[in-house]
Amino acid sequence: MNTPILQISDLHAGLEDKPILRGLSLTVRPGEVHAIMGPNGSGKSTLAGVLAGREEYIVSGGSVLYKGQDLLEMEPEDRAREGLFLAFQYPVEIPGVSNTYFLRAALNAIRKHRGQPGIDPVNFIKLVRQKAAMVKMDEALVKRNLNEGFSGGEKKRNEIFHMAVLEPTLAILDETDSGLDIDALRSVAEGVNILRGPERAFVVITHYQRLLDYIVPDVVHVLVDGRIVRSGGKELALELEERGYAELEAQSRSENQPALAAG
Amino acid sequence: MNGRSVMSNAITMPPNPVASAQLEPFLADFRAFDSRQNGSEPLAVKQLRQAGIASLAATGFPSTRLEAWRLTDIDPILQGHYQHPVAAPTVDAAALIPHRLAGCASLVLVDGHFSADLSDLSGLSEGVWAGSLAEALRHPELLALETLGRIARFGDPAQAFVALSTAFVRDGAYLQVAPGKAIERPIQVLMLASGGSTVSYPRNLFVTGAASQLTVIETFVSLNESAHFSCPVTEIAVGPAANVDHYRVQKENRAAHHVASLVLRQDQDSVFNSHSVMHGGALVRNDVVALLEAEGVSCTLNGLYVVSGKQRVDNQMLVEHAKPHGYSHELYKGILDEEARANFLGKIHVHPGAQQTDAVQANRNLILSKGAIAHSNPQLEIFADDVKCTHGSTVGQLDPDAVFYLRSRGIGQEAARSILTYAFAADIVERIKVPALRTDLESFLFNLLPEGDVVRQMAI
Repeated sequence: MNTPILQISDLHAGLEDKPILRGLSLTVRPGEVHAIMGPNGSGKSTLAGVLAGREEYIVSGGSVLYKGQDLLEMEPEDRAREGLFLAFQYPVEIPGVSNTYFLRAALNAIRKHRGQPGIDPVNFIKLVRQKAAMVKMDEALVKRNLNEGFSGGEKKRNEIFHMAVLEPTLAILDETDSGLDIDALRSVAEGVNILRGPERAFVVITHYQRLLDYIVPDVVHVLVDGRIVRSGGKELALELEERGYAELEAQSRSENQPALAAG
Repeated sequence: MNGRSVMSNAITMPPNPVASAQLEPFLADFRAFDSRQNGSEPLAVKQLRQAGIASLAATGFPSTRLEAWRLTDIDPILQGHYQHPVAAPTVDAAALIPHRLAGCASLVLVDGHFSADLSDLSGLSEGVWAGSLAEALRHPELLALETLGRIARFGDPAQAFVALSTAFVRDGAYLQVAPGKAIERPIQVLMLASGGSTVSYPRNLFVTGAASQLTVIETFVSLNESAHFSCPVTEIAVGPAANVDHYRVQKENRAAHHVASLVLRQDQDSVFNSHSVMHGGALVRNDVVALLEAEGVSCTLNGLYVVSGKQRVDNQMLVEHAKPHGYSHELYKGILDEEARANFLGKIHVHPGAQQTDAVQANRNLILSKGAIAHSNPQLEIFADDVKCTHGSTVGQLDPDAVFYLRSRGIGQEAARSILTYAFAADIVERIKVPALRTDLESFLFNLLPEGDVVRQMAI
């Protein structure tokens, strides 16, 4: 069996004085696409933030192995250089920094880490054109300042464009579908599907089942109150769409708080 | 009050003994300077100088009780002991090379004195007069004598340094562009402090005719590390429908004191754009007064200050919208590290009747360390009812979300900070239209930033 790309065991994490993830375990192997679904406040974005290395989250227990290394010990940039990519739920607007030049600096930082020489400008432009076409990213946006003045959909598409150029080993998509119209959703999904391959894995975090019509997951997990309460095949997403999260939430709470339930 | 309206040989002393003690070295220098002039200057200049010293003696130096000087501590300046060079000292031409801007004519002042040998005024178009102010004042066909002192006013205690500088008017750069003429290449006015504890009072006067065009760069540099004091005054008369691009680079040494005034007056439908870059000096005070005294003028005043250590930089802007349909746009940005301090006071004054004024003012400060402090004080005084005036000021650190975003794509933390710091300055850098000047500023920033090489590669 394949060595897992990501192995999360009994992870406890949260903001100061506020536990959010309470014993989350998840194993992702090469070639797999995992969907993580759950209601608002269940800890989906916290999971993405902890994996990418956001400093505001405090890990109080458990472990995360990424390609066998202790991920939590790594700086955010080292995680990225090792092939971890987070598509942000809210990509940051950065005036004064060109999207293209930034992406070249990022790609070169990753290549340098791998002991490869920097990409030459001509090949880089070719690469950018090819990837932009792949995710149907407007070339004008490629040249503009990073996310500055981009619409919500354009920002999400830009995240997928970055992912396509950087070719990560593990991509985490944090609610990339929220706020997208159907065309944007399709091209984002197409971008992901083209990148799918035996060496690469995806964790697709979403509130809605809709995206999973286009990115068909191998496994669907339901995250409630900071723990995975159910896992199943792609049909689980459809079930959730029909029945909602309420039942699972009630169940999780009665298991977690027996004293309260009894009292 | 106009400088020429005060005329007196009697110097009245302010009663305060501290104020008198502060003034005395400057008054003594004035007496020596005045006797040396010995009739070599036009009478009007002598009278202007005397008006300057009389005004200074009457007001004394500004105290921190004055709003405009509340945050500028001038004690280090007044405690200095300065030599006032009688003539331009000899300077090795090679020492200037790093400071010259490629593609520009140059007009070099050494300690405030014009140096023909060091200047390169070749290739200027017909209709352009460029050279020494002292000489220009003796040419009756030029507008130097009748314009000098008419734009930079003094008399108010807050204008004491204009009065001081005026008291010592002798030389500087004079540029005049005839109506309808345009300069072929930008002119750099390179002002050098030759070394030693010198004081200099360069007086620059630029007069542009109707529908003319001028690009001028004022550069202030020190040739060594000794403490000196520069007290320049620049007056600019922008003619009707003229277009003036003005740049100023203050990169004197880290011990220098610098109190500068730039006063410009715009005639109808003229366009004036100014970009100031300040990163030198121990104490830099930069006063800009824009007199929009005719209809339909456009005035842009942008600035970038980049300071660290114990540097102090204080920018005071005053835009006088006196007539209708005026447009003014001010953007001053600051990057402060270590224990640097910056102060910005920007006042927009819209006079009664100056309808359809469109004025924007913004001051943005980026604080890179806990010890740095920036004050920002925008002021609007509006006495017309049909105007559009906005101002905004910010003092903040690098956005941690932006730093994280860059890091999450593989950029190192220090590189991310360098990229974002450069990006903060970029909108000023990008507006500089003189290629050599822009390259200079870019290089300065790349060298300053810890991961400047990453930024340099990104900018190519």
